[in-house]
Amino acid sequence: MGLDLRFPIGVLFSALALVLIVYGLISDPAIYARSLGINVNLSWGCVLLVFGLAMLWASRRRPKN
Amino acid sequence: MKLTFVDGLIIGLYLLVVIAIGVALRRRTKTSEDFFLSGRSIPAWVAGLAFMSANLGAQEVIGMAASGAKYGLATSHFYWVGAVPAMLFLGLFMMPLYYGSRARSVPEYLKLRFDEKTRVLNAATFAFMTIISSGISMYAMGLLLNTLLGWQFDLSIWLWAGIVLVYIFMGGLTSGIYNEVLQFFLIVFGFAPVVILGLVDIGGWSGLMANLAEISHQRGFATDALTTLWRHTGNAADNPLGVGWFSIAMGLGFVLSFGYWCTDFLLIQRAMAAHSLRAARQAPLIASIPKLLFPILVILPGMIAIGLTHRAGGITFPLKPDGALNYDLAMPLMLARYLPTGLLGLGITALMASFMSGMAGNVTAFNTVWTYDLYQAHIRPDATDKHLLHIGRLATIVGVLLSIGAAYLAARFNNIMDLLQLVFAFVNAPLFATFLLGMFWKRTTGHGAFVGLLSGTIGAALHHGLTISQHAVPGVKGGWLMVTYVYPSEMAQAFWTAIVAWTVCFVVTAAVSLATAPRPAQELRGLVYSLTERERESSTRWYSNPALLAPLVLAVVIGLNILFW
Repeated sequence: MGLDLRFPIGVLFSALALVLIVYGLISDPAIYARSLGINVNLSWGCVLLVFGLAMLWASRRRPKN
Repeated sequence: MKLTFVDGLIIGLYLLVVIAIGVALRRRTKTSEDFFLSGRSIPAWVAGLAFMSANLGAQEVIGMAASGAKYGLATSHFYWVGAVPAMLFLGLFMMPLYYGSRARSVPEYLKLRFDEKTRVLNAATFAFMTIISSGISMYAMGLLLNTLLGWQFDLSIWLWAGIVLVYIFMGGLTSGIYNEVLQFFLIVFGFAPVVILGLVDIGGWSGLMANLAEISHQRGFATDALTTLWRHTGNAADNPLGVGWFSIAMGLGFVLSFGYWCTDFLLIQRAMAAHSLRAARQAPLIASIPKLLFPILVILPGMIAIGLTHRAGGITFPLKPDGALNYDLAMPLMLARYLPTGLLGLGITALMASFMSGMAGNVTAFNTVWTYDLYQAHIRPDATDKHLLHIGRLATIVGVLLSIGAAYLAARFNNIMDLLQLVFAFVNAPLFATFLLGMFWKRTTGHGAFVGLLSGTIGAALHHGLTISQHAVPGVKGGWLMVTYVYPSEMAQAFWTAIVAWTVCFVVTAAVSLATAPRPAQELRGLVYSLTERERESSTRWYSNPALLAPLVLAVVIGLNILFW
């Protein structure tokens, strides 16, 4: 249909990642008691960022076909 | 559970992207084929992921975790005996006929292969079923958001239905497919942290086994009954499913799963939207790979949740009015336990996305079948394409409204999974016999198919009316004619209903076909496997070659069954 789906996926996940990372940096460490003491917002946010950027990068390459 | 601003922001970002995709697609949706079949332009990986997630509605995400808590690892039978082999069969043998015949829907394939009456029977029952499923999906969502976040049931139903309506209305199937792929990744990234944290918390796989062993023992089963697949299926009463190995393999593995994955237009539509025959065949095969792994994301959390009930400071399941544990809350309880503000928003977004695309998948299948197979075929055969596009959009509105009605109806039944199984059994189970005979035996006739289908559905209803499961009250649970046999579990009864339906349909279709005049072979070119030219496997990369990819996936799935025997 001419709209490369990798682009909106990349945008969404990069944006979600930024929200999680920023929040992970400024949030009260006490809320991570439930996640076994790990700042999961920060670490999982980084995972999402890698995925989001990879999707954006893929959509910027010459599209297949 | 309380959502904060950050969680709301995450949900909001997702909704924004969904609507933006709809708006972007609206301008590209010009013909009815754009609206109903994405203009047959979808790449294989998108079609494949959509194929897989079209089924990830409420029944999957909530129901599978609930079953994981209730039945343990044996729930994986739905994936490793059920879905995966059927998906491989579809990609290898059936897609060339669906896609190659240029039919625009599964009922239309039946029209080309058999006749008009078979098409109408299938189209009408299918349209009905999509509305029911969509309603169940919505009901589950309304209930969950109410329990979890205190949102008003009516408000969330109308709100989410409204969003689905907007994006499907604008972009049609493409909107639906794109949203399903988004949802796939949201589920992966939203649930994976829960599984990882849960597993660490409970002490890894061995810690989980130890916890479940105690629970299994308390329930009166062998200690490994909740963590193995086949070991205790020799006698139906020895395993938590209450089903023996034969009914798992035949009822679930063969009849129900092939009936669902290989003939349900909701799924096939995703593969039909692919840009080429090769891509259409790849779609279910690509889908089968994440399908292999999804028990980790949807079943394992349920198992961990029930394992944690055993521990001080663990999880406490709320009770249902009848005193049983409310297993449906397994997944939400896990999200609430492990995810802090922020990731919680992501987990809730994943749930909402799956509810919405469960609904959207049904609506896109409904509007297509209504427009092509009922409206164009019977009401306005001379309709222009522009008119059909208009009718499709109208059907989208009507479909959403009917689903809302069905949601309120579904509020009267509480076990989502069992009700769905029942609907599958009556309508879908005989269907696979019809397709199997129609696609692979050129002698099968339209009269045979029609009479066979009807007999199969009646056979299913009769079997259901004459049998019941232990502790059930005659009525919607069976035995509404009289009780001639008592099954150890509802699931066993459902599987046997399917086996009966399939067998009756198979035998009657074959018998009536032999007694009626066959169609000349040249009319069946492209519709019957033996009369269709094979695609040349001149390919390229091994992983894009169906004939190589399918055996590989099959080997892995067999390996998993042995590993967790």
